[in-house]
Amino acid sequence: MSMNNKGGSPAPTATNAAATAGASGAPGPAGRPTATPAPAAAPKASLSANIAKFRELGLLAFIVILAIGVQLRNPSFLTWENLNDIATNTAILSILAVGMMLVIITRGIDLSIGATLALAGMSAALTVKEYPGLSPLVAVLLGVGIGIVCGAVLGFLVAKINILPIIATLGMMNVFRGLTYELSGGKWVSAHQMPDSFKAIATGKVLGLNNLIVIAVVIYIVAYYFVNHTRTGRQIYAVGSNPDSAEVSGIKSGRILWLVYTIMGGLAGLAGVLWVAKFASAQGDTASGYELSVIAACVLGGVSIAGGSGKISGIILGSVLLGILNNALPMINVSPFWQNFIQGMIILIAVLINAVVKRGIDRNNLMRRRI
Amino acid sequence: MKKFMALGMTAVLSMSLLAGCGGNNNNEASGSDAKPSSSAASGSTGAKQKFAIIFKNTGNPYGEKEMEGFKKAIEESGDEAILKAPDQPTAEAQIQMIEELISQKVDSIAVVGNDPDALQPALKKAMNAGIKVLSLDSAVNADSRMVHINQADPERIGRTLIQGVSEMIGGEGEIAILSATSQATNQNTWIEWMKKELEDSKYANVKLVKVAYGDDLRDKSVSETEALLKSYPNLKGIIAPTTVGIAAAGKVLTDKGLKGKVMLTGLGLPSEMAEYIESGVSPWMYLWNPIDVGYLAGYAAEALVDGTITGAIGEKFTAGTLGEKEIIADGDGTQVMLGDPFKFDSSNIAEWKSVY
Repeated sequence: MSMNNKGGSPAPTATNAAATAGASGAPGPAGRPTATPAPAAAPKASLSANIAKFRELGLLAFIVILAIGVQLRNPSFLTWENLNDIATNTAILSILAVGMMLVIITRGIDLSIGATLALAGMSAALTVKEYPGLSPLVAVLLGVGIGIVCGAVLGFLVAKINILPIIATLGMMNVFRGLTYELSGGKWVSAHQMPDSFKAIATGKVLGLNNLIVIAVVIYIVAYYFVNHTRTGRQIYAVGSNPDSAEVSGIKSGRILWLVYTIMGGLAGLAGVLWVAKFASAQGDTASGYELSVIAACVLGGVSIAGGSGKISGIILGSVLLGILNNALPMINVSPFWQNFIQGMIILIAVLINAVVKRGIDRNNLMRRRI
Repeated sequence: MKKFMALGMTAVLSMSLLAGCGGNNNNEASGSDAKPSSSAASGSTGAKQKFAIIFKNTGNPYGEKEMEGFKKAIEESGDEAILKAPDQPTAEAQIQMIEELISQKVDSIAVVGNDPDALQPALKKAMNAGIKVLSLDSAVNADSRMVHINQADPERIGRTLIQGVSEMIGGEGEIAILSATSQATNQNTWIEWMKKELEDSKYANVKLVKVAYGDDLRDKSVSETEALLKSYPNLKGIIAPTTVGIAAAGKVLTDKGLKGKVMLTGLGLPSEMAEYIESGVSPWMYLWNPIDVGYLAGYAAEALVDGTITGAIGEKFTAGTLGEKEIIADGDGTQVMLGDPFKFDSSNIAEWKSVY
């Protein structure tokens, strides 16, 4: 509820500011009746507010500029095949980003998802290795199930025992990773041990689009509806933006926390099966350190680590930006040393913009209150 | 509330205890082959000599095979093998194991080093205690060992890979290399030798267009392979001298239907590559045989302990089924070469894919 207010605030601010700017700035240029000065002056007066409103647009613009730049250096960048590759390679990252966004909104963090992913992926791979006739759907459900259990355990530690999320997930990360090694006996499950039906999960197509892309889009639609149009979804924001008032207003924040970690676990489990099917190989160290990419995608997408804010559209763009970087940097012949540097710089710049914009919004809100 | 807190704390504590147990179990498991035998030996008069091997870390199928080969060689000579590997691939963990082995008074330690220099003090201490020390696979520096067992000759690997890819593409066309990280010592040495082989005039029409680095990560290796295919549409062959890279490239070529158009070879695990060798995406690839690496190390250790060799250049010993091997120079130190890399193709992959 508090978020409704917060999310809606930039719009009135912008119009307010535009109105005042128009009124005070009018005497300058002539031709008041035509009302042209107002739109001209408006962006100047409320630039930060406008950025806040269209922050995703800014990120989008950045992506477009980057894409054009890469295209100029390598003409095979903006081809249907390459765009399809980017989307397919980004699908798993973006699925995980949905769950991570929910966790971060509640002021938490989940470092265990790489390990959960590996555990679920390894379990699914071992299962289809033993029973090649099994429907791939069962493998997916198994992976999701394992992920949910992992997430529920984490949720319990965070919500009921009040362990700091970073500690709880760091600990469980090692537990899950250890279980993965134990389960596989340190061995890899290779392409020839997986039935074709299982590998087809990641190579099959619906309406010309790779299954992974379709799955990611469905998850986005469901998540969008969930966080914007359901009571529970809104409560997640409430718990994150102000835990005390959320508690006072009758929200069972423990239950919400438990829920977000469970969702995160389920998505990580799903991602695990998709990962293993996509690369046709399950290792003990699958996706080791991948959680950091996911967190980076969220931060790029404007999800605030301090909690309380984050949008689905933002994390889609954040994931896409990371996906483009992963795809484009090898294509424009950047030396491997610079690749990491450039990625890091872009993440830093995005975070800086986020901080500046946030300050802008706060100042605007303050000004509005004074007026 | 307090009660609940106490309950919570107890839960956490017991969990950490359990976690600790888990870790220990893991550790035991890695040395399980050794523990019962070594304790038995300390009880007996100790007629059997004890040969230890320390691998990089547990849970590595490649390492298991190497230790298996070592054990086989030692048992063929009627002695006892102690197989050890730390949970994490760190030098610190290996140093601790070396200290333990020194106090157990083993006769020989063979180590797959996690660091070329960091193990020096511990290994020197072992040698001063009369223990014969050798390294295999991943070398420690010349001062910390008596001899090194090299899995395969870097020169032979580099040259063989170029010869292989040249044969696949019919002696002309663009080729690219998909390596591990840009800092990987092994890969960089092999790539140097590949470039030297390419200088030969018979490769005048073979052009190396790029060395890409997949960092041994699945997703990055896939992205790098895709980028190679798009940036160089005339690419005819890819050499991936790394297990993760070659499998990722095989998957990309399979998914994009480029079988027969872009040839793949390199160094890979037979189990990982079986799918792509059987389908023809990669006509053949190479790797040394880890069982043979361990086996050769086992016989070298035996020869060191019974005094047949001291680790000096020119000395010879018989390594079981591998025949006679000679010690040659390796920088400041000495080494024994296993030989040419082993070729895996459609005729033998079925037999090897279940091995490792």
